[in-house]
Amino acid sequence: MMVGAFLSHSLHPSYLHLQRSDASSNHEHLSSVLTSLCVSPQQEGLDDGPDFLSEEDRGPRAVNVDLQTDATLQVDISDALSERDKVKFTVHTKSTLPNFKQNEFSVVRQHEEFIWLHDSFVESEEYAGYIIPPAPPRPDFDASREKLQKLGEGEGSMTKEEFTKMKQELEAEYLAIFKKTVAMHEVFLCRVAAHPVLRKDLNFHVFLEYNQDLSVRGKNKKEKLEDFFKNVVKSADGVLVAGVKDVDDFFEHEKTFLLEYHNRVKDSSAKSDRMIRSHKSAADDINRIASTLYTLGTQDSTDLCKFFLKVSELFEKTRKIEARVAADEDLKLADLLKYYLRESQAAKDLLYRRGRALVDYENANKALDKARAKNKDVLQAETTQQVCCQKFEKISESAKQELIDFKTRRVAAFRKNLVELAELELKHAKGNLQLLQSCLGVLKGDT
Amino acid sequence: MSEERDPAALEAEDDLFVSAMESPEAARLSAEDISPSSNGPKAEPVLLDDDPDDPDDLFAEIDEDEEESRDTFDIQISVSDPEKVGDGMNAYMVYKVLTKTSLSIFSRDEVCVKRRFSDFLGLHSKLASKYMHMGYIVPPAPEKSIVGMTKVKVGKEDLSSVEFVEKRRSALERYLLRTVKHPALLKDPDVLQFLESSELPRAVSTQALSGAGILRMVNKAADAVNKMTIKMNESDAWFEEKQQQFDNLDVQLRKLHASVESLVCHRRELSVNTASFAKSAAMLGNSEDHTALSRALSQLAEVEEKIDQLHQDQACADFYLISELLGDYVRLITAVKGVFDQRMKTWAKCQDAQVMLQRKREAEAKLQHANKPDKLQQAKDEIREWEGKVQQGERDFEQISKNIRREVGRFEKDRVKDFRVVIIKYLESLVHTQQQLIKYWEAFLPEAKAIA
Repeated sequence: MMVGAFLSHSLHPSYLHLQRSDASSNHEHLSSVLTSLCVSPQQEGLDDGPDFLSEEDRGPRAVNVDLQTDATLQVDISDALSERDKVKFTVHTKSTLPNFKQNEFSVVRQHEEFIWLHDSFVESEEYAGYIIPPAPPRPDFDASREKLQKLGEGEGSMTKEEFTKMKQELEAEYLAIFKKTVAMHEVFLCRVAAHPVLRKDLNFHVFLEYNQDLSVRGKNKKEKLEDFFKNVVKSADGVLVAGVKDVDDFFEHEKTFLLEYHNRVKDSSAKSDRMIRSHKSAADDINRIASTLYTLGTQDSTDLCKFFLKVSELFEKTRKIEARVAADEDLKLADLLKYYLRESQAAKDLLYRRGRALVDYENANKALDKARAKNKDVLQAETTQQVCCQKFEKISESAKQELIDFKTRRVAAFRKNLVELAELELKHAKGNLQLLQSCLGVLKGDT
Repeated sequence: MSEERDPAALEAEDDLFVSAMESPEAARLSAEDISPSSNGPKAEPVLLDDDPDDPDDLFAEIDEDEEESRDTFDIQISVSDPEKVGDGMNAYMVYKVLTKTSLSIFSRDEVCVKRRFSDFLGLHSKLASKYMHMGYIVPPAPEKSIVGMTKVKVGKEDLSSVEFVEKRRSALERYLLRTVKHPALLKDPDVLQFLESSELPRAVSTQALSGAGILRMVNKAADAVNKMTIKMNESDAWFEEKQQQFDNLDVQLRKLHASVESLVCHRRELSVNTASFAKSAAMLGNSEDHTALSRALSQLAEVEEKIDQLHQDQACADFYLISELLGDYVRLITAVKGVFDQRMKTWAKCQDAQVMLQRKREAEAKLQHANKPDKLQQAKDEIREWEGKVQQGERDFEQISKNIRREVGRFEKDRVKDFRVVIIKYLESLVHTQQQLIKYWEAFLPEAKAIA
């Protein structure tokens, strides 16, 4: 159904040149240049950037696996531009549906517009019975920008090689974050486009097609505060609703399962993040060790100089591999867990809505009984009860299917990512091993 | 304290190093007595003297021969079995020192003694006072650690105090091995006594706050001040070059040491975080209701658990192989710099003697016209005395310069060997880690593929 765009980038090294002038203009210049990610489904990602999708995997970003390709509606993000405060995504649509004026078209959207679309799904009663695809997280380059700025400021205090090295690393990090945010926005759109009901949503079509600014402003303080209270009420209510025992075994099981699962995924996600951070720190240390060994090698007057240079070279290469291992773990494991954290929350929200509808239905039943007993306002009570009944049954019907689909998707996504994780770990370990063994061979041979 | 040695024993010693030095007398070693008069007879040389005719180029050959003799260097020392003796703040650790050797200077093939940390410090202090001023690089003893030791004394049986004791044991072993590797130190009676005799007088002066300890600190401060004021006319470019090289080496080794320590820390952190993740993944697997996926997640948890152990082992290797080696060399280079400083002091002494001589000569010249015959005679005597001192000073300076050249040569060879050996061992440990990783992930992959 959707062909995920394959992000490869064609960055000219000259664009990434950090100007020496003032620090604030540095990152502006840099970010305005991390531009034009070309779409080229044939090309594989750069070797030293994280592999998002490999040649074989034309499906959308790994976490979302709905592999029926359907020519009626294909959505992807074909381009993205990172500017000072925002990221501009070029949303590209190919469709044979009659609703659209053309068969192929593109519009530019920003993060707030994605959120608007997501919120419109959540707020609509129509979609109460579906798992709403979780909204993509806000693009967050703050940490990366800060580091780049600090680097610019500290330029005088380090050697030219150190500076160039660090700059390259920070740029790679920036690029990685950038690619990730693009992918996450794309996954959201693909999920919507894949959903049999949501894909028909009018707001979605407007989002895809309307080539002017949607004039969606972010929520102002008052609205954010309202949201906050709404959430508080909702979680309190959620607890109440969850306490109600469900007649239906399937849903009762799902409720218990999702509650526990969500908590455990949250825990695993946090722990995997910490693990990966340590891994990155260790790789950074190896980088510094490699540099110092290089200096030692150039200064030493004994036979050790060649030795040190060789080992320095080795460590340069192995630390690149270690950094890749950390990056791949981040992609295949940490991101997977983060995504399912959000999805399981969306599933919980669905259960909550159903639970709410059930409570409303039961209350309506009680009200009807009371009304009949008193023989007062019976008609009104009947209508209310019927409305509640319909709502509840509609939600239950679609919810069941949604939850089953959720499980299928989840299992497939985990399988895919775990397999890829293992394959990548193996690939890197073998690469490392080969480097180490060949270096050892040379070093031992020299003595 | 001069030696009473059986000439027969001396002969046996000569056999060891006869290929290394040209004259048999060179192998003889005597203690610290430096008096200007004992410069003559070969029977009791004051310094470890090479044949005075040795030109410097011959060092190259000699080094090679020394290398050969070192290959037949047959002595193994191990420091083991730390045992706590006593209680509370008076407690201390006692280590078993086992020496296995076929060298004849030792009375037995295998000797085992018990020593405590202050004994090692005492040994070092004696060796330093005997040999450093001659330009010998005396390996530094492991550092004291008040915090570490207090924990042990107080009886904390936790991981950090166990680690501390192990770290110290390993450092003491390396210290002894380095000390006996030095051809002169190996034959020193204090060293022999340390390794062989069952009872050793307690080295009280090694305590930091003892009278001797305070004197040491004062001397160190005085030395530092002197160093700043002595401006030496370096006539020998070799020394200037070498000093610069050692200064650079010092800076880089310290930097490297810091980075390696950081790596050890982060790897340990990684190990802890991996273990924590493994537990979390196991819990996730438990709550997953799809059976095959649940199993795969449990398997993942197991793999991660094994990997965390791997990280821990690697961190240990990082530490014990590389980090400790670097720490040792940072301290060794301080000792090398100390030896260069001694040379400077010797030069200063020589200069002072020359100044004194000049003064005495001037005084004598004055007295020539004063007609005080007894004072004149005294002045002439003093001139002779100072002439002697100047000569001795120049000889000392030459000797220490020669010694340093040889010592630095030996040191550099050892350094090359040490680093080579350790780095290769370290790379081998890295190889092992990768091989294990491959094993674990290869076992996991089919499990992941089996999710249906």
